[in-house]
Amino acid sequence: MSEVLLSAKNLSVRFGGVLAVNNVSFDVKPGEVFTLIGPNGAGKTTVFNLISRIYTPTTGSIDYLGVPLTEQPPHKIASLGIARTFQNIELFEHATVLHNLLIGRHTHASSGLFSEMFFTPKVRKAEIEAREKAEKVIDFLDLQHHRDSMVAGLPYGVRKVVEMARALCTEPKLLLLDEPSSGLNVEETDDMAFWIQDIKHELGITVLMVEHDMSLVSKVSDRVLAMNQGEVLAMGTPREVQSDPGVIEAYLGSVDDVSSLRRSA
Amino acid sequence: MRFIFKTDYGQDIKLAKHGGHVFWYSLLCAALVLAPWLVSEYLLAQLTFILIYGIVGVGLMLLAGFTGQFSIGHAAFFGVGAYTQAVLTGMGWPFPLALAAGAALSATVGVVVGLPALRVKGIYLGIATLSFGFIVEEVFARWESVTGGNAGKTVGQIKMFGWTADTGASFYFVCLVITVLATLAVVNLLRSHTGRAFVAIRDSEISAQSMGIHLAYYKTMSFAISAALAGIGGALYAHQIRFLSPDQFNIIQSIDLLLMVVIGGLGSIHGAFLGAIFLIGLPQAISAVKDFLPDAIGQAPGLKAVIYGAVLIAFVLFEPLGLYGRWLKIRTWFQLFPFYRKGLFKRQKSFQKSDRLK
Repeated sequence: MSEVLLSAKNLSVRFGGVLAVNNVSFDVKPGEVFTLIGPNGAGKTTVFNLISRIYTPTTGSIDYLGVPLTEQPPHKIASLGIARTFQNIELFEHATVLHNLLIGRHTHASSGLFSEMFFTPKVRKAEIEAREKAEKVIDFLDLQHHRDSMVAGLPYGVRKVVEMARALCTEPKLLLLDEPSSGLNVEETDDMAFWIQDIKHELGITVLMVEHDMSLVSKVSDRVLAMNQGEVLAMGTPREVQSDPGVIEAYLGSVDDVSSLRRSA
Repeated sequence: MRFIFKTDYGQDIKLAKHGGHVFWYSLLCAALVLAPWLVSEYLLAQLTFILIYGIVGVGLMLLAGFTGQFSIGHAAFFGVGAYTQAVLTGMGWPFPLALAAGAALSATVGVVVGLPALRVKGIYLGIATLSFGFIVEEVFARWESVTGGNAGKTVGQIKMFGWTADTGASFYFVCLVITVLATLAVVNLLRSHTGRAFVAIRDSEISAQSMGIHLAYYKTMSFAISAALAGIGGALYAHQIRFLSPDQFNIIQSIDLLLMVVIGGLGSIHGAFLGAIFLIGLPQAISAVKDFLPDAIGQAPGLKAVIYGAVLIAFVLFEPLGLYGRWLKIRTWFQLFPFYRKGLFKRQKSFQKSDRLK
């Protein structure tokens, strides 16, 4: 595939004196799983926040299917087909799982205020349709047991899945997953890997994710972009990136650093 | 315990989820319709006040309990509705038209007050609405040509199309119908996507935004609807009390209104009405027991304020979910009898909100 779904060009963001993202460019192709890796503070989440328009880049541009994202207001991003999850789960705590998923259907709702006040048959029909769509996602991610539970009472692992389910409810073309496996145990991480593969193969959704767990990264990613201190270190297949000397240096330190630490015998 | 076997999605949308709901709400409706023949004139007037405050409470609940935007200036909207009604009916407008105009004007004012809500949150929004409340109260006092200033303004009876609500009972029915309609409208709103957008904004603005919810639009809308309901309540209040003066719409009134939804239970429509019953019922209860107390306490000035304050503190400390939360616990106790355990409603504190974007 040669066409490009999302293309970031020369992105830079400056917060005061800190250059959080420095001249980062990458292309995400339709149907692939593209992963951002890097040590803490590398600017991965900042790139996510640039795409979902929580931040505005100081310089550079993001192009999504021919639409310049930087000119879009934040609430328009979802209706363009970009959904995201958050590193520290941002669910609607005092609502049920189902309610959360239905909020995910917001961009597909079209009823007006007054028809909702009277709950016209048209609104009722739209509600049932939204529910059917949400149920499909519930089936896809095995959330049947938790459908009517309050989010506030759910364990962390389940919340993580609910957040992904809510993002899927918007029927995105591009799904941004911010550390999908953080805080999950080994088993849950494996489940997450299967789901990401299913999202890619069965639903045909392109995935852009930030992840630290390298086993998950190499299992599901088609391409990996390694960042450090806001800059691109390497880009390529998971194997290529893992063997890149710059990446190894960023994670483990250089040979010189290691030798300087070695005790003189 | 009741278990409902669900066979279609329509069941989750229905207002009355099971036979118990149908039975109890029918009983409530029947009691409310028959009230004029069952209770004394005085009690009926108090019931009318409960309905009026219930309408305002439902509006404020939508704003504070469901959208998470606190307003400490709600008496201003209440007053705008009341004075609009007084002025327009004074000019001979029929009641429904004046009511609609009052609601529309309150909603417009609500939009204006909603604008700072787009920038400030929490306590700062509280201060912004509080100072707005002072401004409006001042306008009521100074704009004498329209409001009659501090001398006050009298309001006539409800008149529409050749019919006059000249008895307590007929006015009660007007209030009852409007209360039921307003409550239904809000409940309907809450079970469709606008209501869910409000809840989303309350729980997490950042993720509401990434779900495609236009924060400014929905916050403003919530303010407008809430203000419109306060305006409708104000209009009915004007007819009930028959005499308006600016001090009826001061900060104390605003605090009473906020107290009503907090004590009733934030985040539930039932709570708005339970709060209204509390707000109207407590002064009655105080005056009923006053005579049995020693004079030093019973006749002390500010007794009501002290009791209100103490009750509010007690609720915030021991029952943050208010009267409705307490009722849910009592109901659960009965449903589970004898298996209720002490820690059933204990919630684990979650520590996941650490890096919320401010």
